[in-house]
Amino acid sequence: MRNIKKDKILAILLISPTLLAMLVFIYGFIGFTGYASLSNWKTLKLDFTFVGLENYVRLFKNPRFIIDLKNTFTFTVFFLISTILIGFLLAVLLEQKVKGESIFRNIFLFPMAISFVVTGVIWRWLLAPGTTETGPLGVNYLFSKLGLEFLQSGWYTDPSIGIRAVVIAAAWQMAGYIMALYLAGMRAIPEEMKEAARVDGATEFDIYRYIIIPLLQPITLSAVIILGHISLKIFDLVVAMTGPGVGFSTDVPALFMFDTTFRGNRFAQGSAIAMVLLLMVAVLVVPYLIITNKEEVTR
Amino acid sequence: MSVKVKHPRRPITFGRVTTYLLLVAAAAFFLIPVYMLLITGFKSYQEVSLSRMWLPPENFSLESFSKAWFGSKSEGFRGLSGNFFNSVWLTVPASLLSAFIGSVNGYVFSKWKFKGSNVLFAMMLFGMFIPYQSILIPLVRVLQWITQFTGPLQKGIAAWNLGGGLAWFPPWLSQFIPAYGTIGGLILVHVIYGLPIATLVFKNYYSSIPTDLVEAGMIDGAGIIGIYRFILFPISIPGFVVVLIWQFTSIWNDFLFGVIITSNPTVQPVTVALNNLAGSYIVEWNVQMAGALLAALPTLLIYILLSRYFVRGLMAGSLKG
Repeated sequence: MRNIKKDKILAILLISPTLLAMLVFIYGFIGFTGYASLSNWKTLKLDFTFVGLENYVRLFKNPRFIIDLKNTFTFTVFFLISTILIGFLLAVLLEQKVKGESIFRNIFLFPMAISFVVTGVIWRWLLAPGTTETGPLGVNYLFSKLGLEFLQSGWYTDPSIGIRAVVIAAAWQMAGYIMALYLAGMRAIPEEMKEAARVDGATEFDIYRYIIIPLLQPITLSAVIILGHISLKIFDLVVAMTGPGVGFSTDVPALFMFDTTFRGNRFAQGSAIAMVLLLMVAVLVVPYLIITNKEEVTR
Repeated sequence: MSVKVKHPRRPITFGRVTTYLLLVAAAAFFLIPVYMLLITGFKSYQEVSLSRMWLPPENFSLESFSKAWFGSKSEGFRGLSGNFFNSVWLTVPASLLSAFIGSVNGYVFSKWKFKGSNVLFAMMLFGMFIPYQSILIPLVRVLQWITQFTGPLQKGIAAWNLGGGLAWFPPWLSQFIPAYGTIGGLILVHVIYGLPIATLVFKNYYSSIPTDLVEAGMIDGAGIIGIYRFILFPISIPGFVVVLIWQFTSIWNDFLFGVIITSNPTVQPVTVALNNLAGSYIVEWNVQMAGALLAALPTLLIYILLSRYFVRGLMAGSLKG
């Protein structure tokens, strides 16, 4: 036997470069941004004069930021509900022992392989409403040909729809992922359990209602965490698809932060937006990480 | 006989028909953007018309693809070809590096646990979820600071004259030096921020491998490095495939780091260039669609060829292992 104590020290040495990188590039940088958000830094030249919470006060008085927070809330609610519902429904359909299951599964999942920028470029074209000169474009054109004019809409150009048009593209991209998660969960439920319920006279609906959905709860939680953190920090899709939109109707905090910081050089203000974003994600993710970590320890 | 009577056909058939109808409708929803991408991309400029926007082209033309790839001097926009290769030179080394470091980390976190290692691991996982906005400002400053030291090195290599057929080599090589605005800088950033997910996948992968194997190695006198090198690394291929696919896809598809760290259009990755191309009013829709398809092609091909491993990566990303 070799000296295990020496190996244990070596183990820590092996991961120390990563730990150091995480310490600096995640926690150190967050600390830097946090301090910058309390400073008076508004030009390219670093200025760490302490001004307290002034940037946050100004931020929450900024109409654009208030619209952004509302948009983030709307986007998160619509995106989570639609993506989880579609994903669950697709998983249920594929659980019915259908022919060509793998073909369907691959069709539903492929958008996960492409970037939000590509998704944004395509959906900007599909949901382009058209003008009085061009006539209806994209899906509006399809609707007009099919006699479904009532379905036509201004999509992302209509401020009353705004960010909800972006949800269509985001759900298109992510629903297959949720389907895959649920499908894996459903396949892990033993067949005997459902069979026993059937023998007791339960309908298929009862089986989903009282057995499958409750057993899938951990997966639903994962889905909420994954989709939730994506939706809070959504950036690429909005940039590629709509930009800030009419009256900031499709604007999000990440885009505001980008404009403020890297176009406007108002670093302190940008840092404050970044910290608000971080706080929102942390509220969602940290309890989850603590719970999963505790389970790991007790296991 | 009685079994047949107990299971009348009609209700089942009705359910089956509904199931298939819903599946086909869903498939249509998922495929419409692809259909649009393909039919628009393969149209020439002459064929693009609003009345035919949902119809396939009458003559398949590669004109849009060639414009998206090479650009158009007369219309004044750059093609994506250079940016496509920037993405290749960025994605391949960054994926390999983060996968390798992630595998060593995962090995330690699963087989050499120490007091507090689970807490450290959870703190590392937090890095997977953070909005990168909260680290971008210091990140840019640190990269600019590094550039003081690496910038002259980069210029030195680029100025190196090999002449003849190798003249392209020094400028190409100099791009890999980590600095603000270089591919090397982007590689560094992607490796660091890719470590949490890479470590997570390998930790889960090695946790599923019996610890007996490690103990057997110890009894044979192997140390921590020997056990990794001769016992775990050789059976890590499935883990590497999953992590490499995941990293390749997410680095190729990244936009935020690309747009922040590279401002020079000749250095930018393909997603940033595509966004510029699509945001430009002079570029026609058919060229934008062709460009979108070109930018999506590598990750789509990986998905089509290796979808099984791709799905495993997605599952790993859900934290459940």
